[in-house]
Amino acid sequence: MNPGYIHVGAWQLVLAALLIVINLVLSAWLRLGLTRSLVVASVRMVVQLLLVGLVLEYIFALQRPLPIIGIGLVMTCLAGIASVNRTRRRFRGVYLNSVLSVFAASFFVTGVAMLGIVDVRPWYTAQYAIPLLGMVLGNILNGTSLALDRFTESVSRERGLIEGDLALGATGWEAAHAIIKASLRTGMIPTINSMMVMGIVSLPGMMTGQMLAGAAPAAAVRYQIVIMFMIAAATALGALGVTVLAFRALFSDDHQLRLDRLQRASDDGWWKRFTGSIRRDERAAR
Amino acid sequence: MSRRDTIAGLAAMAKAPAGALLVARDLGCTIAGRSLWNGVQLALNAGESWAITGPSGVGKTLLLRTLAGLRPADLGEIRLDGRSSEDWWMPAWRARVVYVAQRPALPEGTVEQALAAPFRLRIHRAHRFDAEAARHALGALGVDAAFLDQATTELSGGEAQLVALVRALSIEPRILLLDEPTASLDPDRTRRVEALLRAWLRTRERRACVWTGHDRAQVERVSDHVLALGRA
Repeated sequence: MNPGYIHVGAWQLVLAALLIVINLVLSAWLRLGLTRSLVVASVRMVVQLLLVGLVLEYIFALQRPLPIIGIGLVMTCLAGIASVNRTRRRFRGVYLNSVLSVFAASFFVTGVAMLGIVDVRPWYTAQYAIPLLGMVLGNILNGTSLALDRFTESVSRERGLIEGDLALGATGWEAAHAIIKASLRTGMIPTINSMMVMGIVSLPGMMTGQMLAGAAPAAAVRYQIVIMFMIAAATALGALGVTVLAFRALFSDDHQLRLDRLQRASDDGWWKRFTGSIRRDERAAR
Repeated sequence: MSRRDTIAGLAAMAKAPAGALLVARDLGCTIAGRSLWNGVQLALNAGESWAITGPSGVGKTLLLRTLAGLRPADLGEIRLDGRSSEDWWMPAWRARVVYVAQRPALPEGTVEQALAAPFRLRIHRAHRFDAEAARHALGALGVDAAFLDQATTELSGGEAQLVALVRALSIEPRILLLDEPTASLDPDRTRRVEALLRAWLRTRERRACVWTGHDRAQVERVSDHVLALGRA
C-alpha cells in the first residue's frame, strides 16, 4: 500500500532529535536545571514509542481478540497506576481502586462507541480499538488523578468541618458531599476546557494525525467529535468511580472520618523519585 | 489515670441508677502503639455534669471524640440508654451525644447560615431551625442580634466557640461533650456560658454534660464529678 503521506526515515528522526539541542542550550544558559530530565525524557520518549510501534505492528497483524484485550488491560493498569502516582496522599488499596475505576470507565465507553456508534467490524479490529482506548485512557488519567488528589487533600484539610458535621449527626456521605462534588468538578475541568477551545485554539492530535495520513479534514473532525464525547463521558465515570471508592476507603461504616488511613506519599524508590522529578519539571514548565 | 480517680469513677458508676444515660466501661486508647489512657469508667446520670481534667496531651479530646463515636474505641464499650454503641446508627447516636470542638470549624457564610446548617441533615429534617431561639441563646451569652449576619470567617476563636455551642444546643442533644468550651472567652462570657449550661441541664430531664478544662476553680463550679486523666 502506498501511504498518502511522506515517510519519515531514520535520518529524519535524527534531524528531529537535534531540535532538543535548543532545549539543552536554553537549560544550560538559563541554569534551569532541566538538562538531566530533558535527556532522560527524550530517551524514554523515543525508546517507548519505537517499542510501542513494534508491539502494535505485531498486534495489528495478528487480528485476534485476546492479544488486543490483553494490551488494552496493560494500558489500563499503567493508566490507573500513573493516576495515583501524581497524588500526594495515599491510602491502602488506592492503586486497585484507581485501576478498577479506569478500567470500568474506559472499557465501557470504548465498547459502547466501537459497537454502538462507530460500528467497527469485527469488534476487535486493532486499528480502531487501540487508538480509541489509548486516547480515552490518556484523558481519564488526568481526570481521575485530579479528582483523587482533590478529594484526599480536601478531606485532610477540611477535617474540622467534616467532623463538625459528623458530630451533629451527619452521615459520612452528607459530611463529604461538598468535597465529592468539588472533586468531580476538578476532574472534569481539563476535558471541559479542551472542548471549549477545540479547533479554535488547539488542533487535537488525532485529527491532525488523520489529516497528515491523508484523510479529508471534514472526515477527521467527525472522528474528533466522537472521541471528545467518549473522553467526556469516560472521564466523568472514571472520576466518579475513583472518588466514591476513596470516600468508601476513608469513611468507615460507622460514619467516622478515618484520616489515619491516609498517608503522605513519600519514600518512593529511585524510579518514582526520578519520574516524579520529571513531572515536577513539566509542571514548572507549564 | 490515677488509682484514686479510677475508684471515684467506679464509685460513681456503682451509685448510678440503672437509668444512667451514658455509660463507658474500661475504655482504653492507644495511639501509634502508645497507650494514652486505660480502664476509664464513666456513668453519666441525668442532670449531671462531669469534668475531665489532666495535663495537655493526655488525651482529653480523644476521650470526648471516642464518646461521640467520632473515632473507634480501641478498648472497652460505651452504652447510651443501655444500648451498646455498636447497635446504634452512629448519626442517631451523634444527634443525641453532641461533641463541640475546642476550635470549631464553621462553614463559609453568615453565622445564621452556620446555625441553620444542621437542619439540612437527614437526621434533623423533621425539625426546623428556630432563629428566635438561637437569637435568644446568643443574647444569653452576651452577643447582640446583628451577630447573626456576620461572616463566619471573621469570627474570633471565642466567638466561633459560642456559635458552635449555640448550634449544638439547637439540635437538642441529650448529652453535650464540650472541649474546653471557654478556653478563648473572657471572664464575663465564661460565666455566661456556665450559667447557660446550668440552665440547659435543668430545663429538661435526662440531659447531661461533660467538660474538659484546666481551670481548677471552673471545674469546681461546673462539675459534679471529676475524671482526672494522667499518664499511666
